[in-house]
Amino acid sequence: MEQLKNIGRELAIGSQGSSKEFLELVKAIGEAKSKAEEERLVMEEIEMLKKKIVEPDVPRKRMKEYIVRLVYVEMLGHDASFGYIQAVKMTHDDNLLLKRTGYLAVTLFLNEDHDLIILIINTIQKDLRSDNYLVCCAALTAVCKLINEETIPAVLPQVVELLGHQKEAVRKKAVMALHRFHQRSPATVADVISKLSMKIMHDVDPSVMSACLCVLFDLISADANSYRHLTNSYVCILKQVVEHRLPKQYNYHNAPAPFIQIKLLKILALLGTGDKGASNNMYNVLGDVLKKAEPSGNIGNALIYECISTITAIHPNSKLLESAAAQTSRFLKSESHNLKYMGIDALGRIIKINPDFAEEHQLAVIDCLEDPDDTLKRKTLELLYKMTKSSNVEVIVDRMICYMKTLTDSHYKTDIASRCIELAERFAPSNQWFIQTMNQVFEHAGDLVPPKVAHDLMRLIAEGAGEEDEDADSELRSSAVESYLQILVEPKLPSLLLQVICWVLGEYGTADGTHSAAYIIERLCDVAEAHPGDDVVKGYAISAITKVCSFEIAAGKKVHLIPECQAFIDELSASHSTDLQQRAYELQALFAFDSSVVGAVLPFDGSADDIEVDQSLPFLNHYVKSMLSKGAKPYIPANERQAATTLASQHVESYVSSHSLRFDPYEKPQMPIMALTPVTTLQSDDQSIDISQKATQVFQPSFDADTPSSEATRLRLEGVQRKWGRPSYNNNSASSSAGAERSTNGASNGLDIEKASGGKQGIVPQEPKYVSDRNKQPEISAEKQKLAASLFGGVTSKADSSVRSSGRSQKQASTNRHVGTAKRMQTVDPVDSRAQASLPAATAPPDLLDFGEEEVAIAASSKDPMKDLEGLFDNTGSVPSSQPTAPVTNLPNIDLMSLYDSDLGLGSGLVSSIRVPDMIPENLPNNDSGDRLTVLDGLVTTSGAVAGPKVQGETSASSAIKKGPSLESSLEKHARSRQVGVTPTGPHPDLFKDLLK
Amino acid sequence: MTIRFVLLVNKQGQTRLAQYYEYLTIEERRALEGEIVRKCLSRSDSQCSFIEHRNHKVVYRRYASLFFLVGVDGDENELAILEFIHCLVETMDRYFGNVCELDIMFHLEKAHFILEEMVMNGCVVEINKSNILTPIQLMDKNS
Repeated sequence: MEQLKNIGRELAIGSQGSSKEFLELVKAIGEAKSKAEEERLVMEEIEMLKKKIVEPDVPRKRMKEYIVRLVYVEMLGHDASFGYIQAVKMTHDDNLLLKRTGYLAVTLFLNEDHDLIILIINTIQKDLRSDNYLVCCAALTAVCKLINEETIPAVLPQVVELLGHQKEAVRKKAVMALHRFHQRSPATVADVISKLSMKIMHDVDPSVMSACLCVLFDLISADANSYRHLTNSYVCILKQVVEHRLPKQYNYHNAPAPFIQIKLLKILALLGTGDKGASNNMYNVLGDVLKKAEPSGNIGNALIYECISTITAIHPNSKLLESAAAQTSRFLKSESHNLKYMGIDALGRIIKINPDFAEEHQLAVIDCLEDPDDTLKRKTLELLYKMTKSSNVEVIVDRMICYMKTLTDSHYKTDIASRCIELAERFAPSNQWFIQTMNQVFEHAGDLVPPKVAHDLMRLIAEGAGEEDEDADSELRSSAVESYLQILVEPKLPSLLLQVICWVLGEYGTADGTHSAAYIIERLCDVAEAHPGDDVVKGYAISAITKVCSFEIAAGKKVHLIPECQAFIDELSASHSTDLQQRAYELQALFAFDSSVVGAVLPFDGSADDIEVDQSLPFLNHYVKSMLSKGAKPYIPANERQAATTLASQHVESYVSSHSLRFDPYEKPQMPIMALTPVTTLQSDDQSIDISQKATQVFQPSFDADTPSSEATRLRLEGVQRKWGRPSYNNNSASSSAGAERSTNGASNGLDIEKASGGKQGIVPQEPKYVSDRNKQPEISAEKQKLAASLFGGVTSKADSSVRSSGRSQKQASTNRHVGTAKRMQTVDPVDSRAQASLPAATAPPDLLDFGEEEVAIAASSKDPMKDLEGLFDNTGSVPSSQPTAPVTNLPNIDLMSLYDSDLGLGSGLVSSIRVPDMIPENLPNNDSGDRLTVLDGLVTTSGAVAGPKVQGETSASSAIKKGPSLESSLEKHARSRQVGVTPTGPHPDLFKDLLK
Repeated sequence: MTIRFVLLVNKQGQTRLAQYYEYLTIEERRALEGEIVRKCLSRSDSQCSFIEHRNHKVVYRRYASLFFLVGVDGDENELAILEFIHCLVETMDRYFGNVCELDIMFHLEKAHFILEEMVMNGCVVEINKSNILTPIQLMDKNS
């Protein structure tokens, strides 16, 4: 039986009119076992097409096939530009299928700035004027992809004209073309849109209206205020959609026009943001959407999620928020990962309004966090990022770093590293913790962190808490030095971290006396040696060595350079980098000075001192005077000098700009201005203490040109300081800050602390709730609870009240659920089975479509003409017969219409936008014939009775589907695919597998 | 609120249909398709149907041997896109009759036409199956 079916499929699949070549190509590509084999096939195909496509007099149908093959070539990743021109030519064809294929190929091949597009504009213009509405549609589809800002004016008038076309399909596409123009260049269509918005936006056809919503969404997101007066209209439309006032064909699995609902909800969210009045008007309809959406299927949940988004965006309403919270709970408790994901997102939105809500779901959140599903984990981290506070920062950042360690993709790593840094800077409970965290971030993502972060870190270590508490500062520094000496053992460290390490070791390595200078120097030499290619690190290392040596000399000790260090200095003295050379020579020069000079040049802990540079350099006055008296030119400040030279050079510029030869002689070279150079000469000439002290100030920045000591003077860190510093530290509860002192390593300590601080308030009162949860989740590990406590415990400052409220909302949730199930019980079975069938797992007879559109099912079983007749009969009566499946029935529809009319009186003109009377099922055959046509497909003979769309005289559309599973039509079809040997029994049965099963 | 691309790729990572709503060069497309498919293949059925890839969010659904992948921007409703995919498959199924991978390969342009009717400028504009299929069926009849 299975085999018979396959043979039928085989017969059916071969396409009419396709050449054997094409079938063989498809077969070969379909059966290619590897990417490499596919690649080879495509290369062969390119060679062949290159020859064939330029042959004279290729039949048009054959050319269409070539173009589809070109599409294949590009789709499989190769350039097909040699054939673009043929695709452009095909758009001129009179045959609609060929024309549309041409347009399709062009839109796939060319971007909107391609040169060839200019050749199509004319064709598009012609096609937009066509009498055949399908030609107009094809051209409009192409317009949406091909027209750029410059070519908009060429087609705009015609597109505007088509907005009034009698065919709704054309109007819809014209609106979308306008949407495209608006995206490309809002200015060019602003007039049109403002003039026409009232008219086109209120189209009676639901699909045109849906297209208009796309335009409106863009307009409203750009400027919500100008559209606030329309809020009521959108509310009315949404109400009608929710109440099933649209024709049934717009339903999707019983949800009435879900994509229109979603667009409207997004628009309402924009309009209601920060507008209490507008929000007030929405509350009812939002409640309706929530109530009517079926929570059993994806689409219902999509609507519910969108509703939550809207509810949390607009001016809050406690009742709606409560139901939104209940729905979010349902998402989070669901088994489906998709729903959990949506739940986490929704939770993120709700806690913006009500932060306490998170507690109720702490365990669900932690489950998501620990889930092996990467997407879910990342989404949860995003949520945690949003809810970070100083009380839970340690745990959250620790989690993020753990996750970061597992990542290989630099894109995400950068992302998460910058988040860690941001959180650490904002909420760090202590400087020690901050340094530890930063070290971890640097260690694992060092190359991806901006250098500024490193400089901030160095500055923090240098300045400490920013208060006059020297003990704390030096303790901080010592711990930093210790941690860096430990880290240095790691084999591979990022450059940026090494720079920080070198700098810190140089400044503070010997400060507390635990490590000898020789030891520190040795370690620094190791660093430099381990990174032979990294000049920046070498520079930091040699500067650090210089500092360590100078502190020793200043302290009156003799410095014995170990041989490694000497070798390092020698190497740098001969370096290609002048910067490294200079640093090496400076270090060597240092040994020539006595302790007092060295101490003045490189004072201990000098990095934190502000260097005041007196720009007028008063100590040079004497020298300048004497030079002037000897006849030197007086110094002219740079800006004055420039003003003078620009005046002089104006005529020169005019020459330059005219690109002609200059015939006037060059100006005489001027004497170098004496006063510009004295600083360096003085430094080397004069070594008196007085001057060298001044020189330190000049000397140090130039010496450490790119080290943080000078960098720090330029950083503006006032805000950051406050965040790191005492104030936020003191704000924490006493126990947590005490714990934080102890904490050196985020995770485990963090847990303890939080248990200490948050536990007393947060955990204990919540115990009963866990118990109630335990019915579902039998065992919650203690570790998880701890984690939950540390994440959420801090939130419960008013633990009692929040627990009470959360308990209440839980009750609410359960009653809601109860109502929901009860309601579902009432609805007739088919609804459920349909929704169920949308799951891939659903079992169904193999031949029938399992998603249960009766029409298709009938068409599929149309082997027996009698059955077809029955099907037809059934279907003409299908309006009543299908009633039970939809909550809305035809009869009440009339009642509703009167309601609707009264609505019309109240609301604005927009209410008339959905002229439901025109499309209630009785009138269906005139408007929407597709479903019926499908049904009638099997019945070849009697089809004339049904009036198809009266377009261009092509009345009988009964045989519109050429290919289908029906035996009759299958037999009529080409069996070429079989000839070339694509068979379901072949090596690739996958190709024949029904997708919908 | 935009769809950036729709991709049909089979288990072997071979592209069966590709429609981009934002222009990418062939090389960029190749790289993107390869990376995304690799990610999707590594996931189990119980994991969620969304992945983040660079600055895209990708919603995917598997039908038999074929992955339907839709790249969207950050504000898109993922569940709705998941159902959009199903609607696309249903529509193809109605048009082709028990659609399978080979149908799409033999009638690549038709599959594209169906998609063109459903999505314009990256927005879902039509899910009404008769509205989607009528123009294509009329065109078939006339040529």
